[in-house]
Amino acid sequence: MNKHTKFGFYIFFIPVFLWLFLLIVLPHIELLFMSLKYENDMGEMVWSLQNYKEFFSEEIYWLTFLRVALYAILVTFLTFVVTFPIAFYITKVVSPKYKGFLIILLLMPFWVSELVRVYGWMILLRESGVINYFLVSLHILDKPIEMLYNDVSMIMGLVYTSMLFMVVPLISSLDGMDDSYIEAAHDLGASKFIIFFKIVIPYTAPGIVSGSIVVFMLTLGNYLTPNLMGGKNSLWFTEQIYNQFIASFNWNQGAAFGFLLLLLSSLIIWIGLKLTKQNLAKALS
Amino acid sequence: MKKLAITSVAAVALLSGSVLNADTLKILTWKGYAPKALVEKFEKQTGIKVELTYSNNEEMISKLRATRGAGFDVAQPSQDRISSVQAKYKIYKALDYSKIDSKQIITSMLDAVKKNTKVGEDSFGVPFCYGTSGLIVNKKLAPNAKDYSDLLNPEYKGKISYRLKRPTLIGVAFAKGDDPFAKYGDTKAYKALMDSVQADLIKAKPLAKNYYANGDALLSMLRSGEVTVAMGWDNGGWKLHKENPDLDFVAPKSGALGWIDTFAIPAKAKNVAGAYKWINFMLKPENAAYFTNDQAYGTASKGATALLDAEKKANFQRSFSKADIDNIKWYPPVPAVLEKIEGKILDKIKSAK
Repeated sequence: MNKHTKFGFYIFFIPVFLWLFLLIVLPHIELLFMSLKYENDMGEMVWSLQNYKEFFSEEIYWLTFLRVALYAILVTFLTFVVTFPIAFYITKVVSPKYKGFLIILLLMPFWVSELVRVYGWMILLRESGVINYFLVSLHILDKPIEMLYNDVSMIMGLVYTSMLFMVVPLISSLDGMDDSYIEAAHDLGASKFIIFFKIVIPYTAPGIVSGSIVVFMLTLGNYLTPNLMGGKNSLWFTEQIYNQFIASFNWNQGAAFGFLLLLLSSLIIWIGLKLTKQNLAKALS
Repeated sequence: MKKLAITSVAAVALLSGSVLNADTLKILTWKGYAPKALVEKFEKQTGIKVELTYSNNEEMISKLRATRGAGFDVAQPSQDRISSVQAKYKIYKALDYSKIDSKQIITSMLDAVKKNTKVGEDSFGVPFCYGTSGLIVNKKLAPNAKDYSDLLNPEYKGKISYRLKRPTLIGVAFAKGDDPFAKYGDTKAYKALMDSVQADLIKAKPLAKNYYANGDALLSMLRSGEVTVAMGWDNGGWKLHKENPDLDFVAPKSGALGWIDTFAIPAKAKNVAGAYKWINFMLKPENAAYFTNDQAYGTASKGATALLDAEKKANFQRSFSKADIDNIKWYPPVPAVLEKIEGKILDKIKSAK
C-alpha cells in the first residue's frame, strides 16, 4: 500500500469507525452493564443476572416475545407472498418502457412517514370510516362493524409497512435473471409449477433472504403499528421494553430485554438460514 | 488540507457558539400548556426565545434522568411525581421561592405543592394548573354511567374505552369502595388491592373497545358515537360538550382524581433567570385566565377566576356539585416502589386473553 491509498483509506475509515464506535458500540456497552445490575431489597445496585432470569421466569415476558416472533415470521411470509407477483410482473411481464414508472408508483407511498400511512389505514377501517360508510350505503351491511383493533388488521398494517423492504431486493435479483433460463425450461417441457420452484425461486433466493431478514427485524422491532392498529391484546415486545424504561423507571430490566431481543432475533435468523441452507454473505452480496 | 480542516472546525465552533449565546428558554411541558399567543407575548416582553418540547409525566422523568437534569430550563411534572424521583435521581434544582411572585398564586395550593414536593429542606415545585380525571359520557346513549365501575359494565359492551395507565387502576380501585391512596405506605396491602383490580380489568377486557393511546383519539371516538363511556380528563369532556351537548364530563360517584401540574427547574438548567421569569409570567392573572379560557384547565393563579369566560364557570358547576368537589381525591406523592408493581400489572392486563 503506498502512502496515497493509505491516506484515502483513513479518510473513509475514520468517520465510519467513529460513527459505529461512538453511537452504537459505546451506548451498547453501557446498556450491557446496566442490564447486569439489579436493585436488591436493600435498594443497592449489585451485579446480577436477575434481570435476565426475570424474562424466563415470568410468563408474560417470554410468552409475549414468542408471540411477537411468530407474528413476525408470519408477516415476513405474507409480505413475500404479496410482493413476489408484483416484482415478477414489473421485471418480467410488463414492457421495459413502463418499468421505471411502475417502480416509482410502488415507492411513492413510502415517501410518507409510517405514522401517516398507519393513520390512513385507520381512517379507512374504523367503525365510522370510509369502508364501513360505503358498505352500509350499498346495503351490504346493516350497521357498521369495527374492523380495527384486532390481530388481522394489525398484521395487514405490518405487511403494508414492510412491503417496500421486500420488493426492492426481489426486483433487483429478478432483474439479474436471464429470461432464456425460463424459455429453455419451457422448451424442455417443464410445467409452470416446476419452473417456479426449480428455477425462479433458487435464482432469487439471495434477494428473498435479504428481504426476509430486513422485514423480520423491522416487524419484530416495530412499535407504532401494533400500538395504533392492534387491539387490546396487541402487546408487542418493544412496548414492554418501552414500559420498563419509561413507565416503571426500571432501566436495568429494559436494557436486559433489549439485549434479549437482539440475541433471540439473531438466533431465529441463524436458524432460518440453516434450515433453508442459505448463506448470509451470499444474500448480502 | 490542514488549513481547510481548521477553518471548517472554526466555522462550526462559531456557528454553535452563536446559537448557544442567544437567550433561549427550553421548556419541557404538556401539549396545550404554553399557548402560542402567550409564548409570543413573553418573547416580545423579555426578548427570550422560547423552545417547547411536548411530553408526559413518565417521559419527562426519563428524559431528565437520561441527561441528569440537563437540556431544559423548565419542566412541568405533576406534583405527586416529584419528591420520590428527586430523592432518587436528583434531576431538579431546589426552588428559590423568594424569586416567585407568591401573591398571585392561590395560597393553599402553593402550600400543598410545597409540602408534597419537599425533599430534605428544599421544595421543588410551584403549582400551575389543576384538573381531574373522571368519566366522559354520552348522556343520550349511556344515561346511567356514573362511576368508574361503569367502565366494567356489560351494558356498554364494545362502547367503552380507557387508557391502560395508572389512573385507571386507581379509579377502579376507588370504585371497589377501597382507598388506594391510604395504602400508598403499605406496599403489601397496595399490591393485594392492585391484584384484585387486575383480575377485574382482565375479566372486563372483552367489554372494552380499545385502550386509547392519546386524548385526541379518544375525543374523535366519542364524537362519532363509537364510544359512549370513557375515562378521561375534565377539559376533554367540556370541549366535547361545547360541540355536542349530549357529551359531557361526569365526576364519578367514588370521586374524581385530582391532579396539580407544576413548574420545576431541572438540575442543570442554563437559563435559570429566564425560568423564573416564565413562571411569574404564566401565573399573572391575565395570562393564566387566557390559558384557562383557551384550554379549560383550572388555574393556580389567584386573580384569574374573575377574568374567566362564563362558559368555563358553567362547565365546572355542571359537572361538580358541592359534594363532588369535597369528594375529589387529590393524588398524594407516589412512592417509587409502587410504579414497579403497577408496571407489571399493566403488562399483565394487556397480554391477558
